[in-house]
Amino acid sequence: MAEAERFLGLTLIGIFGGGIYGLMAVGLSLQIGVCRVLNVSHGEFVMLAAVLTFVFRQLGINPLLAPVFIGPLLFGLGFLLQITLFRGLKARAPSPAAFEGNALLAAFGLMYIMGNAARIEWGTVSLPSHYLTNSVPLLGVNIQLNVIVGFAIAAVLGIAVYLFLTRSRLGKAIRATAEDPATAGLMGVNTNIIMALCFGLGALLAGVAGTLISMRTDVNTGIGFNNTVIALVIVTLGGLGSVLGSYVAGIIIGIVSMMVAFFWESVLIVPAYYAILMILLLARPSGIFGKK
Amino acid sequence: MNIADLFATHRRSLSVGFFILLIAFVLTFPLYGGIYRTDVLFTMLTYAILAVSWAMFSGTTGYMSLAPAAFFGTGIYVTALLQDYLPFPVIMVAAGVISFALAVVLGLVTLRLKGIYFTIFSFGLVVFMGNAINYVEADVLGRHGWYFNVVNQTVLFYTIVGLTVATVLAAYFIGRSRLGLAMRSIGGNEEAAEHVGIDTTRIKILTFAISAIFMGVAGVIVAPPLSYSNAGIAFSPVYSFIAVVAAVFGGMGHLAGPVIGAFVYGFLEEMLRVEFLIYFQLGFGIIIVLVILFLPSGIVGLVPMLRDKLGEVIAKLRKGGEGEQHANT
Repeated sequence: MAEAERFLGLTLIGIFGGGIYGLMAVGLSLQIGVCRVLNVSHGEFVMLAAVLTFVFRQLGINPLLAPVFIGPLLFGLGFLLQITLFRGLKARAPSPAAFEGNALLAAFGLMYIMGNAARIEWGTVSLPSHYLTNSVPLLGVNIQLNVIVGFAIAAVLGIAVYLFLTRSRLGKAIRATAEDPATAGLMGVNTNIIMALCFGLGALLAGVAGTLISMRTDVNTGIGFNNTVIALVIVTLGGLGSVLGSYVAGIIIGIVSMMVAFFWESVLIVPAYYAILMILLLARPSGIFGKK
Repeated sequence: MNIADLFATHRRSLSVGFFILLIAFVLTFPLYGGIYRTDVLFTMLTYAILAVSWAMFSGTTGYMSLAPAAFFGTGIYVTALLQDYLPFPVIMVAAGVISFALAVVLGLVTLRLKGIYFTIFSFGLVVFMGNAINYVEADVLGRHGWYFNVVNQTVLFYTIVGLTVATVLAAYFIGRSRLGLAMRSIGGNEEAAEHVGIDTTRIKILTFAISAIFMGVAGVIVAPPLSYSNAGIAFSPVYSFIAVVAAVFGGMGHLAGPVIGAFVYGFLEEMLRVEFLIYFQLGFGIIIVLVILFLPSGIVGLVPMLRDKLGEVIAKLRKGGEGEQHANT
């Protein structure tokens, strides 16, 4: 009985935690899909937000309120990066393929810069900002409130992004830019601004995810890279440009990580991600919900 | 005959001469450099092998591989497993063969994918192998890492010099061969290359696997000086990053680029590692972004740029001189 309860509890935590992964991956998906930047520094944005949550906590600001400050900050950072760095690269690149390569390398440099700058400022110690740690019963299992709240926020944001992309005029422009930037430009879409918006939005979503992560686990300045890996796996798994796909894949990854830890060994979590990814890439290279 | 003409007409023999001088310098270095400096040079050469072999495939085809650490780690592990049974040269051959085979399998699986997926997948291999081997070691075999037998440091030094030369020569000859031409056309426009009749998948797999050989063998040579290694050390993603960063910094359009990039990176890392490692990495991140943005051909791209600038200045000066003569008459 206790075993079954633990199993159910882990599944629920996996699902709830997966929602946050999904949020993180939607951000990366926007950056890859619209801006064509394989942003390997995405996890560093998550890390930055998680660490800033701690800093704001020291100043007496509630973690649930922190995204109000951190969100615009990261949005601005992402926006600026796109209109300066990546737009500059795009203007200089001879071909789209060359741009993708250069953008990846630039993101690489960015990863070095952000990670190490944070390490200089905050060191490598744990910066806990746990919040809402009291347990509540759900389906007969006790789950920490922050896990549930995190999932709720991630889900609401996911739905908001989905509606924004599919229903609004700006969302239409974003989808057009992702599909064919040249034609979208001819139709009167300011693709440079759209791309900057998307990069900023991606950074913002990473930021919210970072705050939610810092509410439930210990964070330090070294978590960026791992989150990049998770986000990349989820984006590939869910299919580029699919909000729903990102969440489904995020939840799959969340459950898998809990199950592997439960039945097997926690060191095998990352190999398990990749095993899934490899099988999927071979069977369906465009992801679960990706377009052919 | 002035110097500029000399450079123009004998460029080839001059660069060969410079290459030979450089090798001679490196070969004689242990005689007067001291143990510590020789160790630094050893690291620089290791990075050079990684960077050159990375640029050999990724620089020309445009497929960004993040797998170098996987092959490098394979080399280290092959050494760990075989060191008690086989002589060192045989281990090197074995590591080369195994890396080649691994790269062929990885290539068969992934090189049909689009660029971005290939990058993600190749990186996945590093993390996958590191974690999987860590699990097998700790939970199945119940051991923590491996100790390496002592191998004469001087012998290792000359071996890595030899491997560096072999890597550079391989990159040079592949670049000049039909294979190199095919790779560059894939990098230029893969679809067009396919229409011309190039078996792009085969070419990509072959060159990816050839580049993996050098990384794997480098792992074997680097293993003994580590004296101890485990999955986390051997499969550290840092080696992939160094290969990319050094090659980009140096410039991938020229053979000397990755070597220079790796030397500068390795040297600075060693000089700054004790007190300023974080600042060094931060600074290098900034440099990388700036290089990609403003100097896409890397620091070797500076040479022709400066030469042209200098030429302009000289031409201007000459013109100014002529103008003065006119004024005098």
